[in-house]
Amino acid sequence: MRKLRQTLFVFAALLVASLLASQPAAALVEIDINRANVEPLPIAITDFQAGDDLGARVSGVIEADLKRSGLFAPVNRAAFIEQIADPDQTPRFPDWTAINAQALVTGRVVREADGRLRAEYRLWDTFANQQLAGEQFFTSPENWRRVAHIIADAIYQRLTGEKGYFDSRVVFVSESGPKSDRKKQLAIMDQDGANVRMLTSGNDIVLTPRFSPNRQEITYMSFEGGQPRVYLLQLETGQRELVGNFPGMTFSPRFSPDGQKIVMSLQQDGNANIYAMDLRSRATTRLTSTAAIDTSPSFSPDSQRIVFESDRGGRQQLYVMGADGSNQQRISFGDGSYSTPVWSPRGDLIAFTKQSGGKFSIGVMKPDGSGERILTTGFHNEGPTWAPNGRVLMFFRQPAGAGGPQIYSIDLTGYNEQRVETPGYASDPAWSPLLE
Amino acid sequence: MRRMSTIARNPAFLALFVALAVTGCASKKSLPNNAGELGLSSATPGSQQDFTVNVGDRIFFDTDSTAIRPDSAATLDKQAQWLARYPNYRITIEGHADERGTREYNLALGARRAAATKAYLASRGIPANRVQTISYGKERPVAVCDDISCWSQNRRAVTALGGASGS
Repeated sequence: MRKLRQTLFVFAALLVASLLASQPAAALVEIDINRANVEPLPIAITDFQAGDDLGARVSGVIEADLKRSGLFAPVNRAAFIEQIADPDQTPRFPDWTAINAQALVTGRVVREADGRLRAEYRLWDTFANQQLAGEQFFTSPENWRRVAHIIADAIYQRLTGEKGYFDSRVVFVSESGPKSDRKKQLAIMDQDGANVRMLTSGNDIVLTPRFSPNRQEITYMSFEGGQPRVYLLQLETGQRELVGNFPGMTFSPRFSPDGQKIVMSLQQDGNANIYAMDLRSRATTRLTSTAAIDTSPSFSPDSQRIVFESDRGGRQQLYVMGADGSNQQRISFGDGSYSTPVWSPRGDLIAFTKQSGGKFSIGVMKPDGSGERILTTGFHNEGPTWAPNGRVLMFFRQPAGAGGPQIYSIDLTGYNEQRVETPGYASDPAWSPLLE
Repeated sequence: MRRMSTIARNPAFLALFVALAVTGCASKKSLPNNAGELGLSSATPGSQQDFTVNVGDRIFFDTDSTAIRPDSAATLDKQAQWLARYPNYRITIEGHADERGTREYNLALGARRAAATKAYLASRGIPANRVQTISYGKERPVAVCDDISCWSQNRRAVTALGGASGS
């Protein structure tokens, strides 16, 4: 990632005071994200001014991000009355309110003499006749998509009051070939499905990747060497290492929120128990000790607790324990079985896979087990992962028969389910944190 | 051919050979393959083909279960007898699950099935140091369809011969 960091030295500079305009006065456009089934906000996103088609491509990425969120309804460009000639000029607000665009985005993309790209945007409230935000960013030209995601995040945050999630990536398993001999490769992509890159060759089965909190490492499980074990992959160097030296199969790895530990399951005979390994000292701590299958651990964002699944009661159910393994308590009590719990980055919810009545669902519940809500149900939905702002989930869906899985995203409200386009079959998505 | 000579020195081989000569016709009739596909060499007593066809290299499980069913016990009894007859073979037991479960649980479930199979063979005299286990979870189905007829074939433990250690 060092190369990426160097070339991707994106910095925001607040423009001069006149550009930033005044602080919001009253009755400004905003979205209440907490309401289920929000009416999407009509927003006009104009082509950014540029010497070539890059301006249109940048605004296209911004528009696609905002549209996919389900919270915004981009206005058809064919309806635009005013054509923005100079993004520094105050737009003719009546031209935009006339087509019911409650917010307006203008901007430009400039190739600087030193080779860098400068992207700037302004967000306008058309009914309040004022500018809500304006920023500019410098980066190298190949990072134009990332700048567009950062601008989309800024617009999302300004209009919803929540942090965005568009400048993030997803690590997943890319699948190809027949189901009985499926080739599986670790792959990484932007959250919108762009910039897919394979991380492993496909010679060995790889499963369940997870990002480290700093996005520089991925832990995953691989069958290389004939015994399935947990590995650590440095994204920058491609260097791989075995995690721990356990006697049996290790699987189901997850990072702690500080990135210093990996928790995982160790299989011994018929039992799987959860262990934590400190990545610096290599010291391991056993957290569960049952004659059952204890797996799929997930830390709470404050690092104090771990949710996991266990069949110690007969079927897979969700349990919460202290990060040291203390005080293990079952939290799921509904019909069916529960698995793959994932603690929200906001801490308020736990997402899970639920099997009931021959169907596989994705749902959420509070950490005390109350307030269960099912977001989507079907033949086979599995493995939720949270967007960094805790508002959206991705998961994979496996159709019946010989086909392969695909990744979908769904809003926390259960609305706005969408497929994430990938080059082939795709499973086991894991969403990255945002870069701070 | 070195394996042949090793086997030929083994008195048990002669006994098996006689047994095959007697029952050979009947068992061959039940084979789905044509004779050419099987070939002479692959029918060699003590070979992988012998094990797969005449003993049975796999057992099946009920949903979410690791219990050895009566039909599976019969297969494992035959496996144990065969492995006692050919003590040079090490084996790897591959545990598998059907697709109607979540990935990580299925990895553990496959491992549990392999462990149950290993324990059963141990109870029939196959020492643990001859046996390795591996779980493939739901990653390697043999049957692909969307109903119970496939899922029941995929919930399995397969005994793979790791090669005769002496050959």
